[in-house]
Amino acid sequence: MSYKGRSRVTARRRLRAPVFAALGDETRLSLIAKLCGGQPYSISQLTRGSRLTRQAITKHLRVLERAGIVHSVRRGRESRFEFDPEPIAGIKEYLDFVSEQWDQAFSRLKAFVEN
Amino acid sequence: MNHRIEKRIQLQAPVSRVWRALTDYREFGEWFRVKLDGPFVPGQVSRGQITYPGYEHVKWEAIVQKMEPEGLFSFIWHHSLDPNADIANEPTTLVEFKLEKNESGTLLTLTESGFENLPENLRLEAFPRNDGGWTEQMKNIENYVVQGS
Repeated sequence: MSYKGRSRVTARRRLRAPVFAALGDETRLSLIAKLCGGQPYSISQLTRGSRLTRQAITKHLRVLERAGIVHSVRRGRESRFEFDPEPIAGIKEYLDFVSEQWDQAFSRLKAFVEN
Repeated sequence: MNHRIEKRIQLQAPVSRVWRALTDYREFGEWFRVKLDGPFVPGQVSRGQITYPGYEHVKWEAIVQKMEPEGLFSFIWHHSLDPNADIANEPTTLVEFKLEKNESGTLLTLTESGFENLPENLRLEAFPRNDGGWTEQMKNIENYVVQGS
Protein backbone atom coordinates (compact mmCIF):
# COMPACT_ATOMS: atom_id res chain seq x y z
CA MET A 1 0.00 0.00 0.00
CA SER A 2 1.34 3.42 -0.82
CA TYR A 3 0.48 6.89 0.27
CA LYS A 4 -1.40 8.58 -2.52
CA GLY A 5 -0.29 11.98 -3.77
CA ARG A 6 -2.02 15.22 -3.05
CA SER A 7 -2.75 16.19 -6.65
CA ARG A 8 -5.88 14.09 -6.80
CA VAL A 9 -7.23 15.79 -3.72
CA THR A 10 -6.66 19.34 -4.85
CA ALA A 11 -8.61 18.59 -8.01
CA ARG A 12 -11.70 17.94 -5.91
CA ARG A 13 -13.55 20.52 -3.93
CA ARG A 14 -15.10 18.32 -1.33
CA LEU A 15 -16.21 19.71 1.96
CA ARG A 16 -14.55 18.83 5.21
CA ALA A 17 -17.88 18.51 6.96
CA PRO A 18 -18.47 14.80 6.17
CA VAL A 19 -15.00 13.97 7.47
CA PHE A 20 -15.56 15.89 10.70
CA ALA A 21 -18.97 14.29 11.08
CA ALA A 22 -17.51 10.84 10.45
CA LEU A 23 -14.95 11.42 13.18
CA GLY A 24 -17.51 12.57 15.71
CA ASP A 25 -18.33 9.10 16.99
CA GLU A 26 -16.48 6.78 19.35
CA THR A 27 -17.29 3.61 17.44
CA ARG A 28 -16.04 5.07 14.20
CA LEU A 29 -12.91 6.34 15.91
CA SER A 30 -12.24 2.86 17.23
CA LEU A 31 -12.75 1.43 13.72
CA ILE A 32 -10.27 3.97 12.36
CA ALA A 33 -7.81 3.16 15.13
CA LYS A 34 -7.94 -0.48 14.01
CA LEU A 35 -7.88 0.15 10.26
CA CYS A 36 -5.21 2.83 10.27
CA GLY A 37 -2.58 0.14 10.89
CA GLY A 38 -2.79 -0.31 7.13
CA GLN A 39 -4.20 -3.82 7.07
CA PRO A 40 -7.64 -4.31 5.47
CA TYR A 41 -10.32 -5.94 7.63
CA SER A 42 -13.57 -7.71 6.77
CA ILE A 43 -16.82 -6.80 8.51
CA SER A 44 -16.69 -10.10 10.41
CA GLN A 45 -13.21 -9.32 11.68
CA LEU A 46 -14.28 -5.86 12.75
CA THR A 47 -17.42 -7.17 14.46
CA ARG A 48 -15.49 -9.79 16.41
CA GLY A 49 -14.62 -8.51 19.87
CA SER A 50 -17.10 -5.65 19.53
CA ARG A 51 -20.33 -5.23 21.48
CA LEU A 52 -22.02 -4.09 18.29
CA THR A 53 -23.90 -6.11 15.71
CA ARG A 54 -22.66 -6.69 12.21
CA GLN A 55 -25.36 -4.33 10.91
CA ALA A 56 -24.27 -1.56 13.24
CA ILE A 57 -20.62 -1.94 12.24
CA THR A 58 -21.63 -1.93 8.58
CA LYS A 59 -23.58 1.28 9.06
CA HIS A 60 -20.56 2.97 10.63
CA LEU A 61 -18.29 1.73 7.87
CA ARG A 62 -20.63 3.26 5.28
CA VAL A 63 -20.36 6.64 6.99
CA LEU A 64 -16.57 6.35 6.89
CA GLU A 65 -16.74 5.27 3.27
CA ARG A 66 -18.87 8.26 2.26
CA ALA A 67 -16.32 10.56 3.88
CA GLY A 68 -13.55 8.83 1.90
CA ILE A 69 -11.85 7.59 5.08
CA VAL A 70 -12.23 3.92 4.15
CA HIS A 71 -12.65 2.09 0.87
CA SER A 72 -14.06 -1.36 0.42
CA VAL A 73 -12.16 -3.83 -1.69
CA ARG A 74 -13.48 -7.22 -2.69
CA ARG A 75 -11.38 -10.18 -1.70
CA GLY A 76 -13.03 -13.30 -3.06
CA ARG A 77 -16.51 -13.53 -1.58
CA GLU A 78 -15.92 -10.96 1.09
CA SER A 79 -15.49 -7.21 1.15
CA ARG A 80 -12.64 -5.83 3.11
CA PHE A 81 -12.28 -2.31 4.33
CA GLU A 82 -9.10 -0.40 3.80
CA PHE A 83 -8.09 2.88 5.41
CA ASP A 84 -7.35 5.96 3.28
CA PRO A 85 -5.31 8.54 5.20
CA GLU A 86 -5.95 11.45 2.83
CA PRO A 87 -9.10 13.06 4.25
CA ILE A 88 -7.86 13.06 7.84
CA ALA A 89 -4.29 13.93 6.91
CA GLY A 90 -5.62 16.86 4.88
CA ILE A 91 -7.60 18.23 7.80
CA LYS A 92 -4.81 17.67 10.28
CA GLU A 93 -2.32 19.35 7.99
CA TYR A 94 -4.54 22.37 7.52
CA LEU A 95 -5.24 22.74 11.25
CA ASP A 96 -1.50 22.43 11.93
CA PHE A 97 -0.84 25.11 9.35
CA VAL A 98 -3.38 27.57 10.80
CA SER A 99 -2.17 26.75 14.30
CA GLU A 100 1.40 27.58 13.32
CA GLN A 101 0.28 30.92 11.84
CA TRP A 102 -1.36 31.80 15.17
CA ASP A 103 1.79 30.85 17.09
CA GLN A 104 3.78 33.24 14.95
CA ALA A 105 1.18 36.01 15.23
CA PHE A 106 1.11 35.56 19.01
CA SER A 107 4.85 35.84 19.36
CA ARG A 108 4.65 39.12 17.44
CA LEU A 109 1.76 40.25 19.68
CA LYS A 110 3.77 39.37 22.77
CA ALA A 111 6.73 41.45 21.60
CA PHE A 112 4.33 44.25 20.64
CA VAL A 113 2.54 44.59 24.00
CA GLU A 114 5.47 43.81 26.28
CA ASN A 115 7.76 46.47 24.87
CA MET B 1 -12.23 14.94 18.27
CA ASN B 2 -10.84 18.42 18.57
CA HIS B 3 -11.67 20.42 15.45
CA ARG B 4 -10.84 23.78 16.87
CA ILE B 5 -7.63 25.58 17.48
CA GLU B 6 -7.05 26.81 21.00
CA LYS B 7 -4.06 28.81 22.19
CA ARG B 8 -3.23 30.34 25.53
CA ILE B 9 -0.57 32.91 26.05
CA GLN B 10 0.55 34.80 29.14
CA LEU B 11 1.32 38.42 28.37
CA GLN B 12 3.28 40.63 30.76
CA ALA B 13 1.06 43.60 30.02
CA PRO B 14 -2.13 45.01 31.54
CA VAL B 15 -5.47 43.95 30.09
CA SER B 16 -6.08 47.48 28.82
CA ARG B 17 -2.86 47.32 26.79
CA VAL B 18 -3.71 43.93 25.29
CA TRP B 19 -7.27 45.04 24.54
CA ARG B 20 -5.92 48.01 22.58
CA ALA B 21 -3.45 45.85 20.66
CA LEU B 22 -6.33 43.56 19.66
CA THR B 23 -9.06 46.04 18.88
CA ASP B 24 -7.38 49.20 17.62
CA TYR B 25 -7.23 48.46 13.89
CA ARG B 26 -3.79 50.05 13.45
CA GLU B 27 -2.29 48.20 16.40
CA PHE B 28 -3.91 44.93 15.32
CA GLY B 29 -2.42 45.48 11.88
CA GLU B 30 1.07 45.90 13.35
CA TRP B 31 1.39 42.46 14.91
CA PHE B 32 -1.06 40.59 12.71
CA ARG B 33 0.55 42.08 9.62
CA VAL B 34 -2.43 43.50 7.83
CA LYS B 35 -3.19 47.00 6.63
CA LEU B 36 -6.82 47.60 7.61
CA ASP B 37 -9.04 50.21 5.97
CA GLY B 38 -10.73 51.36 9.17
CA PRO B 39 -11.74 50.65 12.78
CA PHE B 40 -13.40 47.44 13.95
CA VAL B 41 -17.15 47.86 14.47
CA PRO B 42 -19.37 44.99 15.66
CA GLY B 43 -21.59 43.71 12.86
CA GLN B 44 -19.53 45.39 10.16
CA VAL B 45 -17.16 44.06 7.56
CA SER B 46 -13.50 44.79 8.14
CA ARG B 47 -11.34 44.95 5.02
CA GLY B 48 -7.66 45.26 4.38
CA GLN B 49 -4.59 43.85 2.75
CA ILE B 50 -2.20 41.35 4.32
CA THR B 51 1.31 42.77 4.73
CA TYR B 52 3.01 39.51 5.67
CA PRO B 53 5.92 38.99 3.26
CA GLY B 54 4.90 36.64 0.47
CA TYR B 55 1.18 37.09 1.16
CA GLU B 56 0.77 40.71 0.10
CA HIS B 57 -1.70 39.67 -2.61
CA VAL B 58 -4.06 38.23 0.02
CA LYS B 59 -7.05 40.26 1.13
CA TRP B 60 -8.21 40.46 4.73
CA GLU B 61 -11.95 40.27 5.14
CA ALA B 62 -13.75 39.66 8.39
CA ILE B 63 -17.04 40.51 10.06
CA VAL B 64 -16.60 41.76 13.61
CA GLN B 65 -18.87 39.91 16.04
CA LYS B 66 -18.35 40.97 19.65
CA MET B 67 -16.35 43.68 21.33
CA GLU B 68 -16.83 43.41 25.08
CA PRO B 69 -14.25 45.85 26.48
CA GLU B 70 -11.22 44.11 28.00
CA GLY B 71 -13.06 40.78 27.90
CA LEU B 72 -13.92 39.41 24.49
CA PHE B 73 -13.17 40.30 20.89
CA SER B 74 -14.43 38.06 18.10
CA PHE B 75 -14.80 38.01 14.35
CA ILE B 76 -15.59 35.61 11.56
CA TRP B 77 -13.31 35.44 8.55
CA HIS B 78 -12.77 33.36 5.47
CA HIS B 79 -9.64 31.49 4.47
CA SER B 80 -9.70 32.04 0.74
CA LEU B 81 -6.56 33.15 -1.08
CA ASP B 82 -8.62 34.22 -4.07
CA PRO B 83 -8.33 38.02 -4.48
CA ASN B 84 -11.94 38.10 -5.72
CA ALA B 85 -13.33 36.20 -2.74
CA ASP B 86 -16.23 37.90 -0.97
CA ILE B 87 -16.99 37.16 2.66
CA ALA B 88 -20.70 37.14 1.85
CA ASN B 89 -20.21 33.98 -0.21
CA GLU B 90 -17.30 32.29 1.50
CA PRO B 91 -17.39 29.73 4.29
CA THR B 92 -16.04 31.24 7.50
CA THR B 93 -14.47 30.29 10.81
CA LEU B 94 -15.00 32.08 14.12
CA VAL B 95 -12.03 33.63 15.89
CA GLU B 96 -12.39 34.59 19.56
CA PHE B 97 -9.93 36.35 21.82
CA LYS B 98 -10.68 36.15 25.53
CA LEU B 99 -8.76 38.28 27.99
CA GLU B 100 -8.32 37.54 31.68
CA LYS B 101 -6.46 39.66 34.16
CA ASN B 102 -3.99 37.88 36.45
CA GLU B 103 -0.97 38.68 38.65
CA SER B 104 1.48 38.61 35.76
CA GLY B 105 -0.65 40.69 33.45
CA THR B 106 -3.06 39.18 30.97
CA LEU B 107 -3.94 35.64 30.05
CA LEU B 108 -5.07 35.64 26.45
CA THR B 109 -6.99 32.71 25.00
CA LEU B 110 -7.61 32.34 21.31
CA THR B 111 -10.03 29.88 19.79
CA GLU B 112 -10.75 29.38 16.14
CA SER B 113 -13.65 27.10 15.29
CA GLY B 114 -15.84 26.11 12.37
CA PHE B 115 -13.22 24.35 10.25
CA GLU B 116 -15.85 21.83 9.20
CA ASN B 117 -17.32 24.61 7.05
CA LEU B 118 -14.23 24.86 4.89
CA PRO B 119 -13.63 23.02 1.66
CA GLU B 120 -11.11 20.21 1.90
CA ASN B 121 -8.45 21.64 -0.37
CA LEU B 122 -8.26 25.17 1.01
CA ARG B 123 -4.81 26.69 0.89
CA LEU B 124 -3.01 23.37 0.92
CA GLU B 125 -2.01 23.64 -2.70
CA ALA B 126 -0.34 26.96 -1.95
CA PHE B 127 2.16 25.47 0.44
CA PRO B 128 4.94 23.00 0.08
CA ARG B 129 3.95 19.87 1.87
CA ASN B 130 5.84 17.35 3.78
CA ASP B 131 5.04 14.13 2.01
CA GLY B 132 6.04 11.85 4.82
CA GLY B 133 5.85 8.15 4.19
CA TRP B 134 2.94 5.94 4.99
CA THR B 135 4.22 5.10 8.46
CA GLU B 136 4.64 8.71 9.44
CA GLN B 137 1.17 9.58 8.16
CA MET B 138 -0.30 6.73 10.14
CA LYS B 139 1.49 7.78 13.29
CA ASN B 140 0.26 11.35 12.85
CA ILE B 141 -3.29 10.27 12.28
CA GLU B 142 -3.25 7.81 15.12
CA ASN B 143 -2.02 10.52 17.49
CA TYR B 144 -4.61 12.94 16.18
CA VAL B 145 -7.46 10.48 16.53
CA VAL B 146 -6.39 9.20 19.93
CA GLN B 147 -5.72 12.63 21.42
CA GLY B 148 -8.99 13.98 20.20
CA SER B 149 -11.22 11.10 21.21
